[in-house]
Amino acid sequence: MTLGFVMLVHTAFDRAAQVARYWAARGCPVVIHVDKAVRPKDYKPFAEALRPDPNIRFCKRVSVEWGTWSLVEATQNGAQALLRNYPDVRHVYLASGACLPLRPVEELRAYLDDRPDTDFIESVTTDEVTWTIDGLEMERFTLRFPFSWRKQRRLFDGYVDLQRKLGLGRKVPDGISPHLGSQWWCLTRSTLEAILQAPDREQMDRYFRHVWIPDEAYFQTLARRYSGRIESRSLTLSKFDVQGKPHIFYDDHLQLLQRSDCFVARKIWPRANRLYDTFLGQAPDAAPRKEPNPARIDRLFSRSNLRRAEGRTGLISQGRLPAPHWDGTRTCAAYAVFSGFDDIYGDFDMWLARRIGGRVHGHLFHPARAEFAGGERVANGCISDNATLRDYRPEQFLTNLLWATRGERQSFQFGPGDIQDVRDFLARDPNATIVAVTGAWAVRLFRDQRDFSAIRSEAASLQKTELAFIQNLRATSTKARVTVWSLSEFLENPMERLQHMVELIMGHDPRRLTEVPELPDLTGFGRFLQTLRNEGMKPVTTGDIPPEYGERQ
Amino acid sequence: MGVVTSYRMRLRRRYWLARAFGKRRQLRVLADRTRAIRRRDILLVCTVRNERIRLPYFLKYYRQLGVDHFLFIDNGSEDGTSEYLVDQHDCSTWRAKGSYKRSAFGMDWVNHLLRRYGHRHWCLTVDVDEFFVYPFCDTRPIRALTDWLEASSIRSFGAMLLDMYPKDAVTAEPYQEGQDPLEIAPWFDAGNYVFEKNPLLWNLWIQGGPRARAFFADQPRKAPALNKVPLVRWHRNYTYVSSTHALLPRGLNRTYADDGGEKASGILLHAKFLDVLSEKAREELRRGEHYAGGREYAAYAGAIDETRSLWCKWSERYVNWRQLEILGLISKGNWA
Repeated sequence: MTLGFVMLVHTAFDRAAQVARYWAARGCPVVIHVDKAVRPKDYKPFAEALRPDPNIRFCKRVSVEWGTWSLVEATQNGAQALLRNYPDVRHVYLASGACLPLRPVEELRAYLDDRPDTDFIESVTTDEVTWTIDGLEMERFTLRFPFSWRKQRRLFDGYVDLQRKLGLGRKVPDGISPHLGSQWWCLTRSTLEAILQAPDREQMDRYFRHVWIPDEAYFQTLARRYSGRIESRSLTLSKFDVQGKPHIFYDDHLQLLQRSDCFVARKIWPRANRLYDTFLGQAPDAAPRKEPNPARIDRLFSRSNLRRAEGRTGLISQGRLPAPHWDGTRTCAAYAVFSGFDDIYGDFDMWLARRIGGRVHGHLFHPARAEFAGGERVANGCISDNATLRDYRPEQFLTNLLWATRGERQSFQFGPGDIQDVRDFLARDPNATIVAVTGAWAVRLFRDQRDFSAIRSEAASLQKTELAFIQNLRATSTKARVTVWSLSEFLENPMERLQHMVELIMGHDPRRLTEVPELPDLTGFGRFLQTLRNEGMKPVTTGDIPPEYGERQ
Repeated sequence: MGVVTSYRMRLRRRYWLARAFGKRRQLRVLADRTRAIRRRDILLVCTVRNERIRLPYFLKYYRQLGVDHFLFIDNGSEDGTSEYLVDQHDCSTWRAKGSYKRSAFGMDWVNHLLRRYGHRHWCLTVDVDEFFVYPFCDTRPIRALTDWLEASSIRSFGAMLLDMYPKDAVTAEPYQEGQDPLEIAPWFDAGNYVFEKNPLLWNLWIQGGPRARAFFADQPRKAPALNKVPLVRWHRNYTYVSSTHALLPRGLNRTYADDGGEKASGILLHAKFLDVLSEKAREELRRGEHYAGGREYAAYAGAIDETRSLWCKWSERYVNWRQLEILGLISKGNWA
């Protein structure tokens, strides 16, 4: 008893012939169905070259269109011819011209000899199917599909919707329960004969003629009716991409395919010479037989589908530029933004870098230049510190910097004295942790000891900008983790606040801060704020700091 | 509104097709081997001027990728370029008599050849200093890519320009004929590119890289565009509108995903910054036949004489396409 192949071919005839010969030469009869749409110019030389082989036959041709009954009809023709002409065939394997045996056919035959009654056909109830790309599962069996999905997509979709709305449909015949599965199966002679010679076959064929994608349903459903033992999986390794077309294997998949231990794979790129040479040239393995294990290939292809569908978070590139209204995360990694601290402490950057590590930049959006950590003129990815370049597309400047430095936490200072274009972007970014001490600019101005009228107008403008920033942070659209203290809240207990800030970035740490930056001398600071008030500029973002603050120290 | 814009685009496309048709007489054939083009051949179209020294490696590179036939337009070379091309068995060559500038920087000629010979072929339109790199290009010929694109119903493939530069001054190491230019100029900027979608033509406008950093830092808006769509399954009604930066119909320019996903894309390694450039820059400046009054060449002519280097601490050295993929410069999309 042996194994026979039904091979559906419509293109790449030289490869199909090569594989058919390989099987035939090893005692496995092959019946080939060639799409009737194939031009005689291509068909003739192919058929004539293979015909002398007693193990290869051609069956009645049908014109095949994807997703339609014609594909089942072609398969039926092939299977009938195979069963009729080769009485010693026990298992029938359905393959395509783009299939390639990955293990010597002797191993497949031995595998099937050990399981003489088993039908290998993926056959899943419609409730459990999750892989259809058109979203139609049970409806494949109950609606009508007179329009082509490929050529008349709008009509197809519209008619499906119309039937849903009007509650139209047809009844599934008695005696079958709809199942779906991969088109590529391996059935026993007895099951296949039962299906093809069933007394109600005409009725079934008439019904399935109008089922959507019957090649994934006809045998899958009817095998359930007749088979004694179904192994619900396909022996053919075949994976589909997001568009519902099969992934293609190339020469560089050689090792992956070798390690999969699958018997047959599709689709193979016709020019993958190395794959064809290797797999058709190998001798049967004397080593213990292994079960097919397509998990690695599954992973590769699902990763690839995910890459296309979701992309790499935080990357902007020529292949990925989310639209302005797109609602996802626009940066690739968590980062921290500190506002006001460096106005209070002179050496805040250095202290912070010691505490939280990563790269601590100065004011990345300083009007003069991007203050990269360590005073660098150029950052990772060759990002320039030039302010004009940066301000040309400031959000992309930040996105690019985070992408180029991924793996290392970035932190930077951002205050009301900086270019404010990225404010909204920061607030909406769930990757941002923003810790702000508002009104801290007053400490810097206080220490500056400049002409008071200049201080007064600068204070007014800084406060105005800061109020707008606070408004951004408090907006309902804000997704950043935001902590805002007014200067007076901060000065009440600086140690506690800094501890809290470090924990926000690093997570909870039972150890207390041992080293904090030194608070500047604030003698007369309350008086300074009062003078501002007296001059007509009311500091509000500082919180309530009384005129006598700093007097007693 | 949508209808009006669509109609405008249609008129614009017609305009470009008409221009190409009008300029067809400027092309005089030097060697016509187009009868050898078979049904599914991959074609390459290229405009050259005094590029004799670069040609041997260029042809070798693209033959290796699997380009079947080359269509060259020689715009008045005096260094034996056309004589060299005429002798190549897989090249057809035309000599263009007219002005480079007034034929839309050669695009009219290119559009004409594409319309005439490119219909239903995958066509790659590149300059002689551009080297096409795509995912898996070290193991899969270009035909594998075009087969996959076709099966995925994708008609065009984006590949931005990646400027390559030497570590030392551009003039330090002379380029030898037949040499891989990347041996001299293997460095590039990995992550300083900025993007904007053109609302009318839908193409991306990409700027950045060493040229923006070194020559256009104070006027970034004027930095050269790096976006390109060099590989297209051509149809006689298609047309390039501005170099290979954009096409019409504009659907061909959507080579990127705007829903957070990633579309497959490649890159054109731009080996412009070789010693041969300095001479070229001076000549082109004299000739005044380049875009925006040769603004770019003016900048190069200045910069190159100063023996200044584009290299910086964070420059990346080119290894292979996988490196570009990891850096995010190109993407495999769902090609695995």
